[in-house]
Amino acid sequence: MTPASTKHNELYDRLKAVIEEKKDLRNPLIEILRTAQEIFGYLPIEVQEFIANEMDIPASKIYGVVTFYNFFSMKPRGKYMLNVCTGTACYVKGASRLIQMISDYLHVGMGETTKDNLFTMSAVRCVGACSLAPVFVIGEDTFGRIENKDKIADILKNYK
Amino acid sequence: MSLKRIDLLICCGSGCVSSGALKIKERFHEVLQEKGLVNEINIIETGCMGPCDYGPVMVIYPEGIFYKKVTPEDVEEIVSDHFIKGRPVARLMLQDEEEKTFSTQKEVPFYQKQVKVALANCGYIDPESIDEYIATGGYEALGTVLTTMSPQDAIEVIKKSGLRGRGGGGFPTYLKWQMVHDNQAEEKYIICNGDEGDPGAFMDRSLLEGDPHRILEGMMISAFAMGATSGFFYIRAEYPLAIKRIKHAIAQAKELGLMGRSIFGSKFSFDAEVRTGAGAFVCGEETALINSIEGQRGNPTPKPPYPAVQGLWGKPTVVNNVETYGNIPTIFLKGADWFASMGTETSKGTKVFALTGDIRNTGLVEVPMGITLREMIFDVGGGMSGGHKFKAVQLGGPSGGCLTTQHLDVPVDYESLKERGAMMGSGGVIVMNDEKCMVNVAKFFMDFCVDESCGKCSPCRIGLKQMLDILTRIDSGYGKEGDIEELQRLGEAISKLSLCGLGQSAPNPVLSTIRFFREEYESHIRDKSCATKVCLDLMHFHIDKNRCIGCSLCAKKCPVSCISGSRDEKYTINQLPCVKCGNCMDVCPVKAVTKVPGMHPEVAAKRLAETKLSHNYDE
Repeated sequence: MTPASTKHNELYDRLKAVIEEKKDLRNPLIEILRTAQEIFGYLPIEVQEFIANEMDIPASKIYGVVTFYNFFSMKPRGKYMLNVCTGTACYVKGASRLIQMISDYLHVGMGETTKDNLFTMSAVRCVGACSLAPVFVIGEDTFGRIENKDKIADILKNYK
Repeated sequence: MSLKRIDLLICCGSGCVSSGALKIKERFHEVLQEKGLVNEINIIETGCMGPCDYGPVMVIYPEGIFYKKVTPEDVEEIVSDHFIKGRPVARLMLQDEEEKTFSTQKEVPFYQKQVKVALANCGYIDPESIDEYIATGGYEALGTVLTTMSPQDAIEVIKKSGLRGRGGGGFPTYLKWQMVHDNQAEEKYIICNGDEGDPGAFMDRSLLEGDPHRILEGMMISAFAMGATSGFFYIRAEYPLAIKRIKHAIAQAKELGLMGRSIFGSKFSFDAEVRTGAGAFVCGEETALINSIEGQRGNPTPKPPYPAVQGLWGKPTVVNNVETYGNIPTIFLKGADWFASMGTETSKGTKVFALTGDIRNTGLVEVPMGITLREMIFDVGGGMSGGHKFKAVQLGGPSGGCLTTQHLDVPVDYESLKERGAMMGSGGVIVMNDEKCMVNVAKFFMDFCVDESCGKCSPCRIGLKQMLDILTRIDSGYGKEGDIEELQRLGEAISKLSLCGLGQSAPNPVLSTIRFFREEYESHIRDKSCATKVCLDLMHFHIDKNRCIGCSLCAKKCPVSCISGSRDEKYTINQLPCVKCGNCMDVCPVKAVTKVPGMHPEVAAKRLAETKLSHNYDE
């Protein structure tokens, strides 16, 4: 925790408040990690150690949980997560082509973040919008039946 | 449901929302405001109506007029013609190939063979309104059970109905309840498994989003029967709307006293909370799910002890699937005999399926058990799209298997599917046309299972990886004699030895495709050819010189500059550096570039030389 900027401390204060609030729930670790990820954008070792101290559980256990679930990331991510669905229905309807198109448009590969830190492209297993395949998701918005690059450009320009 | 003269039901399921349903709803509000009709027309946002492919869809009562693919531009016409003049807009209605128009929802062929039990209210009521749920008979079953039945009576009803778990396994629901009921422990838990991980399945999502109170009611009846007082909804993080809706439903039920202390004046108290998943397929397995709720890594544990004996926090626990709960209120309202009258000898009632893939009517359907695959794919699903031929249908996700043309008349029930190497699974049905390569499909599922294996037991962690390596080898042109047999040997061993359902069923897609499409594997291995031109190493691009006009567009667009020629000589592809990106085919104005099955002889010769070289080196 070297850069002791005020913003940084603020984030830790927020996290501390969340831990205080949820501490008495039964086994709230996953819920706390989820909020921590919302606050910091990702879960670096320092944050995991902080939670371990606050909750009085081994940091190794937290690391175990963080690395188990796809939802948690230990790398910084862009402002928006662009999740391309790679479920079966999307696969059948050409998810690989969609990934290629997005990758060409944003100049990033799977799991990478654009230079302007706006998008991180990743793959998810089925978002349950199979009838619109192939789809990708940004936040809570689902975009389906993507046939060409123009459509991708149209959608992504709305995210700033 | 209101005193207004028209009810306008707009489908706001995830499918219709992403094709623009919310914009249409906004537009209706604007236009109704302009025309001063706000007090006459009731706009209701419903859950998924089913036919996602026609989206955005809407139904207008009292007549039940069904409109499809509505755009914001159509709104004004609907209001002025339909609402004001009373003349429904014919051009927005569904038409079939013979131009027959289906004006009302009841007439639409998609709904003809469907029987809605769990989905009865989905697309019919506003999921955020408890009043609308109550108006359709909601919470009546709970009231009857709590005031007139003993827990054992309730279990008997479910036993008589023949209801089996809808999550895939098909375990008789009453048996789980009975086990926990008979356990004298003071604390017992009930869990709703909403971790719908199967790719290609969205039944649970639609149910939770479209009719959350039904699931809650079903869960409370189950809790009463087995003596549990607290419950957990475990819903995957990918379904934020489902999480929101169920939380909302819990709050509403508490407000009305339908949840909490001494419900309906009985001694039964119940409380539930929502826990969200964090993206792990294995958490759909009940022991893994329990570990995840406990805040651990979602690793499965060996059974026995079964959760019914030692589950959440070591207490007896029942884990049921969303759809299973969805059937329960109706069973109590309409009776066990009514439910058992539908379906086959061993599989009673109805089943919700997510129909997807290369068919016309993709969407959410509920059909009686025992319907044939043919009826489901061709009658409900409307047949194959784009004039293609049916090749295979994949049931049960990564744990299921592929069935083919010869199985189209197989009745859909737990046993019939299992006998043929597929399984009911949670209800994902993915229909594939003749452009799909079965080796590639098998590899896709294997890749999924390798990725999602939790790594606890070695057959699954190591064995599946070996299977994937062999499949990758076959699909990239390095397959050799004996690979098929090796896949079968590994697959059978992994099925027998893995700890949980994920590993035990993961080899199914490979084994079933070998069983029914063995010749495809053989041509990949022996002839180095992929007939469907899906596996890039086993196909090549070719420029037809008779067609080529020498425009050079392909050469300019080639990322590796492997196309050369001139206006007179026409263009050719140098096969060795080609990366098979397909740009040349996309840009060719005269369609002179085609895909040809089989590895190009030059590439094959080069690979042979390389293997010989490495052999010499080894010696």
